[in-house]
Amino acid sequence: MSRPKVQPPFAPKHLADFPTGTCDVAAHLVETLASWRTATPRVDVNQCTGCLRCYLVCPEGTVSKIENNRVSIDYDFCKGCGICSHECKFDAITMIDGGTA
Amino acid sequence: MSPIKPPNAKTLSEREFFFGHKGCAGCGGSLALRLALKVLGERTFTVVPAGCMSAVGFVYPQLAFGTNAIISTFPGTASMLAGVAAGARALGLKDFHTVGFAGDGGTADIGLQALSGAIDRHDRILYICYDNEAYMNTGVQKSGLTPFGARTTTTPAGQHIRGSITQKKNMFEIVAAHGIDYAATASVGYPQDFINKVAKAATVEGTAYIHVFAPCPTGWGCETDLSIELAKEAVDSGLWYLAEFENGEHRLNRDPREFTPVRSYLEKQARFAHLRDEDFAAIERTRDAQWARMRRQWARPTTTAPSAATPATAG
Repeated sequence: MSRPKVQPPFAPKHLADFPTGTCDVAAHLVETLASWRTATPRVDVNQCTGCLRCYLVCPEGTVSKIENNRVSIDYDFCKGCGICSHECKFDAITMIDGGTA
Repeated sequence: MSPIKPPNAKTLSEREFFFGHKGCAGCGGSLALRLALKVLGERTFTVVPAGCMSAVGFVYPQLAFGTNAIISTFPGTASMLAGVAAGARALGLKDFHTVGFAGDGGTADIGLQALSGAIDRHDRILYICYDNEAYMNTGVQKSGLTPFGARTTTTPAGQHIRGSITQKKNMFEIVAAHGIDYAATASVGYPQDFINKVAKAATVEGTAYIHVFAPCPTGWGCETDLSIELAKEAVDSGLWYLAEFENGEHRLNRDPREFTPVRSYLEKQARFAHLRDEDFAAIERTRDAQWARMRRQWARPTTTAPSAATPATAG
């Protein structure tokens, strides 16, 4: 799975380091969004059939295909909307109250 | 532009080109954008006007687009797309895509003139309208694509007037009437159908328009996990439809033998909570009249899909 990484904190050393406009390299991320979550999806790998429905319908792109046709979730960017759990036909994803994975 | 074979969940690019955005949880519009960019790939120029996707994608210094992306003026999505495409050709670039993502207000109201001009010139661009049925970014004001009966902040539900008194503008047929090279409707509830249409539109030698139905839990007042279900139910209940226009002909991609009840779809959303029995009946009458006309005038799918989707449109 190929996703952009969060950049190290901005620490300018010279005037020229400051941006001159609101443009930057594509996919420039400075923070994660895990703190948005009030419920957290948990994948039961034994129930997962690898149909990848959750991967297709995640608005955040946080579901990954991993080996053996299973999925895993990037908890740094999952907002806990619950779509993956709701759309899973095999009850392989349950939502747990609270933001911690 | 090289032809793209429609990918599926297994063959879709593993790269994310719209990631770390600040869209609300369960946002249907950001899903449409994410899937489209995964189909089109890195060599894509992306134009986004004022609207949710620019508001959540460019929270500087958090920049969620992994492709070359720029914010246009609100009415200028299509004209900026045309300019970007012309500029890229002038630089001698090959094998690139030019795509715009505008909301329903930015398409059906504010950006309609520029879109009309681009279609008229047959500019080689792909214009995707993600339709969440109101101006969501500014706090849920009615747009030209807000359906009858929906409560918004500018069409409040009172004792005498219950929500929006107008029907959705028929954007699909408005662009088709231009003689556009390719137009399609889609829904994030049928993601594979949407992916197929983006892949097809990317190869069109001219203007392509895709109108994708994208629920907004914040503006619609529904649970965040219902986005995909509602997008699917809108199609299954006949309040939205999957169709294509090419070579001068309309074609329905799904023609349900029986619609699911509109009431079940509408009652899941707080924006329709005030509707009475006569309103549900009025919505059904409008739906039936529209479908009777579409079935009479448009080509039907080769195999009539009952309740289950055909492989071509399966979600």
